[in-house]
Amino acid sequence: MNAPLIAARGLCKRFGAVVAADNVTVEIAPGETVGIIGANGAGKTTFVNMVTGYLKPDEGVILFRGAEITRMPPREVTRLGIRRSFQVAQLFPNLSVRDNVLVALACTEQTRPTPTAILRTSARLAKANEILARIGVDGLADRPTPELSQGQRKLLDIALAMVGRSSVLLLDEPTSGISAQEKLPLMDLVMEAVAAESAAVLFVEHDMEVIERYAPRVIAFYEGRVIADGTPLAVLADSDVKRYVVGAELHRRAEGVRA
Amino acid sequence: MRTPLSLAALLAALLVAGPLMPSWLVFLLTVAFAKGLVVLGLLVMMRAGLVSFGQGLYYGLGAYAAGLATNLLGVTDAIALVALGGVVSAASGYVLGFVMARYREIFFAMLSLALSMILYGILVRSAALGSTDGFNLPPPSFFGFAFDGQTSRLLVYALTTVVAIGSAMALHRFINSPAGVIGEAILTNEIRVEYLGTSVTGVLHLTYVIGATTAGVGGALIAIAAGHIDPDLAYWTTSGEFVFVAILSGIGHVAAPLLGTAVFEAVRSFAFQYSPYTWQMVVGISMLAVILFLPAGLWSLFARRYRAGGAA
Repeated sequence: MNAPLIAARGLCKRFGAVVAADNVTVEIAPGETVGIIGANGAGKTTFVNMVTGYLKPDEGVILFRGAEITRMPPREVTRLGIRRSFQVAQLFPNLSVRDNVLVALACTEQTRPTPTAILRTSARLAKANEILARIGVDGLADRPTPELSQGQRKLLDIALAMVGRSSVLLLDEPTSGISAQEKLPLMDLVMEAVAAESAAVLFVEHDMEVIERYAPRVIAFYEGRVIADGTPLAVLADSDVKRYVVGAELHRRAEGVRA
Repeated sequence: MRTPLSLAALLAALLVAGPLMPSWLVFLLTVAFAKGLVVLGLLVMMRAGLVSFGQGLYYGLGAYAAGLATNLLGVTDAIALVALGGVVSAASGYVLGFVMARYREIFFAMLSLALSMILYGILVRSAALGSTDGFNLPPPSFFGFAFDGQTSRLLVYALTTVVAIGSAMALHRFINSPAGVIGEAILTNEIRVEYLGTSVTGVLHLTYVIGATTAGVGGALIAIAAGHIDPDLAYWTTSGEFVFVAILSGIGHVAAPLLGTAVFEAVRSFAFQYSPYTWQMVVGISMLAVILFLPAGLWSLFARRYRAGGAA
């Protein structure tokens, strides 16, 4: 195996009495695709938040290509090529769909955004339009983002994360809140774009069908701990995973049906 | 390209019309454009969510910098004084910006108000600066020449108009620049901006310095135009008036503050002349009318026409 792209070692994070991360050790190789599963509150998003610099772990270190990034702010982590999307799409609702992408382009191109040049150059506009066409929202480019559907907002959110070159992309529940028939096309689109950049992908997911289809490696979280790490077949057959993750997942769905 | 060209045409028209206007109108527009500069800076800040109730700090600093340079150092060149006012305010804004760029919303508003009141307090207690009476400035010179009253007033008007409209052009470019649009993005989603690799604090700091600079330039211009400065320039009601006019004008376009301050100064002058005891009420009712009928400010009158024209 290659030297790890990201190595998280012994991460611990507590919020009062809640242990959100308990000695989490995970290594991600360059270009690898990893699915993260776990019931609500298992520490999946906390892990993503620690790797991307939003939360500082109480203990443990995070290395990127061997260099420590544990206490870096999100913008510096992002500049290294560790980029993320969000469980709830994080857009700029006061700007048009196209301006959302233009802002992402400008932020990615320049460490310090210029105050005297023009943002909407023809080169940037062409790039933005191409991105919008690829995710199929070019017809709504001049509309504010709240007019997009839930699925379109998620796609735009992922597109914003992918505007810059990424070495690793962390997707927090990319298919949550999306209709069943939209899930697979969305993931296809994302995985295709990721493959073109040969970036590693880490995605948090509740849908086991999506996990089995896209993740050659799966990590299961339970109460802040990693309880299984391996191929989907092995992980989903694990007795702990069955009890705490898949079982909880079925329970969750049953609740949903009842409600 | 339409906005810079329209602004250039407006500038040319105002400069040509200057000598033909009655002197009260020349003075009214000079004051309006000097204050309009402060509101222009506020427009840029408000687009990024920074509503300052303390622009009087930089307005006062710019005015006192110009006044002290005149009276202590004997500098009377109007352009040098305006540049000095801008530099002093920009430098102060840069230093205070390290603190201010960390605050938002009501905390930012109150802290900016507090800072301006500190300057007010210092000015009021400084006997050497004339305390509450302030002090007078001799008439300015232009490139080493002093002119008689009417010509001098026209030249100050021309300088103010050029600086105000020039700043509007520059800031039109700014609000369409990466830094300007990212400022708007910060208004609704700071976290996402950070996760795109850009420092939110850095952009807000820059925006804050722009607001300080235009306020300082406006302060220096008002000192030269009025020939008198006093601590009221830094008082909180002065700062409040700038926010008032910014809301009245609307923040959708850089020409709005210049139009807004001209309308505001005109309404106030006429209200003061025709109903000296109730002029504040007239101004207040005008504000209510604008909020009711033009929630996006006076500028929406023009913006609407543009859009209708575009659709036709």
